[in-house]
Amino acid sequence: MSSHHPGEHHPEPEPYPAIRTKALESLLVEKGLVSTDAIDAVVRAYERDIGPLNGARVVARAWIDPSYKKRLLENGTEAIAELDFVGSQGAEMVVLENTQAVHNMVVCTLCSCYPWPVLGLPPTWYKSAAYRSRAVIEPRAVLHEFGLDLDESIELRVWDSTADVRYMVLPERPDGTEDMSQEELASLVTRDAMIGVAKVRAPAAVS
Amino acid sequence: MAVNGIHDMGGMHGFGPIEREENEPVFHAPWEGRLLAMIQTVSVAIPGGMRSAIESMDPAQYLASSYYERWLHAREQGMIAAGVLTAEELDARTEFFRKHSEAEPPRREDPDLTTRALERWKTPRSPHREVGVVPRFGVGDEVVTRNMNPPGHTRLPRYARGKMGVIDRVHGVHEFQDAVASEAEAGPQPVYSVRFDARELWGESAEANGRVYIDMWESYLDAA
Repeated sequence: MSSHHPGEHHPEPEPYPAIRTKALESLLVEKGLVSTDAIDAVVRAYERDIGPLNGARVVARAWIDPSYKKRLLENGTEAIAELDFVGSQGAEMVVLENTQAVHNMVVCTLCSCYPWPVLGLPPTWYKSAAYRSRAVIEPRAVLHEFGLDLDESIELRVWDSTADVRYMVLPERPDGTEDMSQEELASLVTRDAMIGVAKVRAPAAVS
Repeated sequence: MAVNGIHDMGGMHGFGPIEREENEPVFHAPWEGRLLAMIQTVSVAIPGGMRSAIESMDPAQYLASSYYERWLHAREQGMIAAGVLTAEELDARTEFFRKHSEAEPPRREDPDLTTRALERWKTPRSPHREVGVVPRFGVGDEVVTRNMNPPGHTRLPRYARGKMGVIDRVHGVHEFQDAVASEAEAGPQPVYSVRFDARELWGESAEANGRVYIDMWESYLDAA
């Protein structure tokens, strides 16, 4: 993929967006509109702290604590805030429960809206024209590409995040995880399962 | 202007399979993170909003641009429109960094500004507006979406215009984003999750046993 060859050190010109962003940052800094520390802190937070492990902790808590699950499904914003996962693109949260009869998946056809505080920044495929165009018209074909073939008896609900509400899926707890701790459960929960393009799998049986 | 733009992609064909990247990094280049952080921390109102600026891109340019390239376009257009900087000074500074690839932006260490910016970023403004508007529809009500092609930003996707649906949830009264973009005098409105049968949206070719739920402001809807 990269045009870089080991041993060669010809400095390539920086791509235009990188140069343009430097120009923008330098002007905003000079004009006193932003501090370098704030930019550094936000970059660091998305690189290190704000990712799908947050959502996985919400899911694991809901799996082991029925009263938390009830609060989560009734008022996602408040229940997620109990775990301190608040921030930009998470002001209004709704959590959708997957069951044996109903499977939910989330898309944003107009833009790339996504619940950042619980899932982090969206992967490139979520922002792609292919996913945005196809998820609403042929979601089962999309799920098949992700390796998930849903029986036609399962109702498939696709949520198009057109307004200011952000959606997260509460996946089904897999069988064989009855003895696992909350932390162990959280380690099973993937980003894709919380978007609704995958299921959570139990770890392979060890005997 | 952003009427029926290329961004309104629901149901389009021809974009191929969904390409996934294993172990994708959060940012593919440092500038993406710097740009995102500037958008999150610079408190300047952008006339018309970021979404409208992205949607008014040339369609071919939109498709050829990455997510962060679109944001960069919208952000610089917005900063210019807001009067924060001029196109000339941005171009001149760009030329400077093109010629001096080793140069970095100046640093500003301003604890008060940093604290205020991070506080704002961590505590997003709720879309709810307590304005005493009573929702016209309730859960289970049948509605039909308007067939409208407004001359600006709208959150009513093309694939869901003139369609029959059912109110599934009442989200409350929210700021109206179409009006925010056009700076029109339109107050907050109830927002609903409206449930559509896949066959209503896509006809006989729809996949089996499917529903699409779309968030809609009340002015998109009439009683069925």
